[in-house]
Amino acid sequence: MDINLSPEQQRFAEQVREFISRNLPRDIAEKVRRDQHLDRDDHMRWQRILGKQGWHAFTWPEQYGGPGWSVIQRYLFEVISAEMDCPIIQPFGPRMAGPVIYTFGTEQQKERFLPGIRDSSVWWCQGYSEPQAGSDLASLSTWAEDKGDHYLVNGQKIWTSYAHHADWMFCLVRTSKGERPQQGISFVLIDMRTPGVDVQPILMLEGTHSFNTVFLENVKVPKENLIGEQDKGWTYAKFLLEHERVDNAAIGVTKAALRRLKRIASEEVADDGGPLIRDPLFHRKLVEVEAQLQSLEVTALRVLSQVASGEAPGPVASLLKIRGTEIAQRISELASEAVGAFCLPYQPDYLHDAGAEQPVGPAHAATAANNYLWRRCMSIYGGTNEIQREIIAKRVLEL
Amino acid sequence: MDLNYSEEQNMLRESVARFVRDRYDFGQRQQRLSAGEGAAFWPRFAELGWLAIPFSEDHGGIGGGTVEVGIVMEGLGRALALEPYLAHMVATQLLARVAEESVKARYLPAALGGESRLALAFSETGGRYHPAFCATTASPKGDGYVIQGSKNVVLGGQHADLYLVVARTAGQTREEQGLTFFLLERDHPALRVREYQTNDGTGAADLTFDQLEVSGDARIGDLHGAFAELEWALDLGVAYQGWEAVGAMSALSDATLEYLNTRKQFGKPLGANQALTHRMVDLFIAVEESRSSVLRAALAMDAESPSQRRRDLSLSKIAVDRCARFVGQTAVQLHGAMGVTNELAVGHYFKRLTAITATFGDSEWHARRIHRLDGASSREAGVEHGH
Repeated sequence: MDINLSPEQQRFAEQVREFISRNLPRDIAEKVRRDQHLDRDDHMRWQRILGKQGWHAFTWPEQYGGPGWSVIQRYLFEVISAEMDCPIIQPFGPRMAGPVIYTFGTEQQKERFLPGIRDSSVWWCQGYSEPQAGSDLASLSTWAEDKGDHYLVNGQKIWTSYAHHADWMFCLVRTSKGERPQQGISFVLIDMRTPGVDVQPILMLEGTHSFNTVFLENVKVPKENLIGEQDKGWTYAKFLLEHERVDNAAIGVTKAALRRLKRIASEEVADDGGPLIRDPLFHRKLVEVEAQLQSLEVTALRVLSQVASGEAPGPVASLLKIRGTEIAQRISELASEAVGAFCLPYQPDYLHDAGAEQPVGPAHAATAANNYLWRRCMSIYGGTNEIQREIIAKRVLEL
Repeated sequence: MDLNYSEEQNMLRESVARFVRDRYDFGQRQQRLSAGEGAAFWPRFAELGWLAIPFSEDHGGIGGGTVEVGIVMEGLGRALALEPYLAHMVATQLLARVAEESVKARYLPAALGGESRLALAFSETGGRYHPAFCATTASPKGDGYVIQGSKNVVLGGQHADLYLVVARTAGQTREEQGLTFFLLERDHPALRVREYQTNDGTGAADLTFDQLEVSGDARIGDLHGAFAELEWALDLGVAYQGWEAVGAMSALSDATLEYLNTRKQFGKPLGANQALTHRMVDLFIAVEESRSSVLRAALAMDAESPSQRRRDLSLSKIAVDRCARFVGQTAVQLHGAMGVTNELAVGHYFKRLTAITATFGDSEWHARRIHRLDGASSREAGVEHGH
């Protein structure tokens, strides 16, 4: 048992640091440091730099053109990336579509789709939720009618993250009605430029645009875009959801958020004129959340150690999403609290543009307040935290 | 980086689990508790080698670390053990850390062999959890010292025959500088020991020193310089009792889960109610979080710089206390009225967990310690910026 990095792991960490410090564009790092929302170009610029290095699809095995890193190396890459203010790699291509395609797709599909994910020339989105199928995803009703060489897809997807940026969507559609709602679902890939695909924005309460409604009206999807077997899509969807839960712990990003919170609290002034971070009541809250984050980090390392030694992640992995998001939300709440009355001004523009005019109040306040609102979505996306509790109750505790 | 248990550690885990399962029945524990036989299994602990784990091979030890002792503590937490293993190990390790070779040669073999038990006497009335608070004085007299004062709630004090006592040889009552350790034998005529039961069944003692005279060789370690080592020992106690808390919490988690599956109301098991299952899930999560936290604490104890060690141990105490309160209270609630009876083990685990939150500093004391540490490090950083 050893919590320290081996010399080999230290060398790897050093390589990652050196690459990032040489290649990460300053303007992007600055936006991340300020906790601003990034636009498509910010993400794509950085992801293409990573793609050239072979690190965009950093979880992939060498067989499919990934770096073939161990789980510990992947963890180090993520933590160091967050520490150095890199944008989060958007998971829809490399973490979602990619693994499903190389696990369940045909050779032709692999050849066609994997290169664009590896080099980040293609932006993917996830067509899962529907207006009547949120937590109860299997009740989805977007219908794909068999037309011989293609499906004709009709329906509506909602909460589709960055559909307005996307070139392709991996999508769950119903191809038949079985006894159980999980039966008869198929996993298809849809070109977003196909006639009949209509993306409409959903504006969030802090004024940003990340989510969309995607209307699908008589969308022709060639059969060659079906992944795996028709009607077996739920199996592939579940495979993804399980990946997503582990990713959602986002330890590196949350540690960076705690550092940001501490920076804000050092700059803010308490009632007694000293730095807020020295205010005993505020400090007490900070310490409470730091204690929880430290436990979570070790929990993630325990899971990694299990996986590294060839075991399944085990029941403990299931708590990572719940606690990871709760802790991240608490940090964002404290950051909003830290800026005092400057949490009040509504300044959505400042969330996007590093070059915008001077915000009202300190620069960190404009993002802290809005991101508290924004991050309420964390305990809702990727399966609400209540759904996660149901999963633990049923699968782990067998209640 | 690898947080899996080693093969040896897994063997120890199995051996501890077997002992707890086969030998530490709750009903018999209650009988021993009423009969005042709380240290009944002490010779067995010695046979199993548990008393020798963290000591160097030169002193007859096994050369293990905090994780290995933690593994035993976890088992004892599960067993709700009455034996003063926690108190004895902290005091004995402290002695091994600060005493001269001649003192170690004299006392350690019996301590590791199970013939002698130690307790660390530091806390006093009016000091709350502050370890530097010490009104007990040791004044030089001839070649020795005269000790005057008293100690309260000495953990394991009722079972000990040797006390490692903190006394003030210089400075004011709350000062860190000026503390010195003394090793006292229980049968010293000027030492009064008042034993009592504690809520959790483990027991403690108050010690009174009435013009107690000792020779110069009763003094252990540096004159005036005991504080840093005392703080180390209390951190070790935090780490160990964290593992014990994990054992107690996981036993509560198992018991509660079983109760939800077996107890029926309204024609269905309690576990069919979502309001209860989600609380059960949160309970499960709290146990796993604590498990991670105490692992971190143990590794920090063995590896890190003193300032990082203090910070990590305090963070762990805060995390574990929160979970211990939550798990204890939730397990009692989910057992309904049975949870607050003397009959079921559940209430007794709850009492032990509650005691742990109030031992070696509560969460508030530890939060204040981090506040002081952070203040000191930001002042240092400020000086650097000034250059």
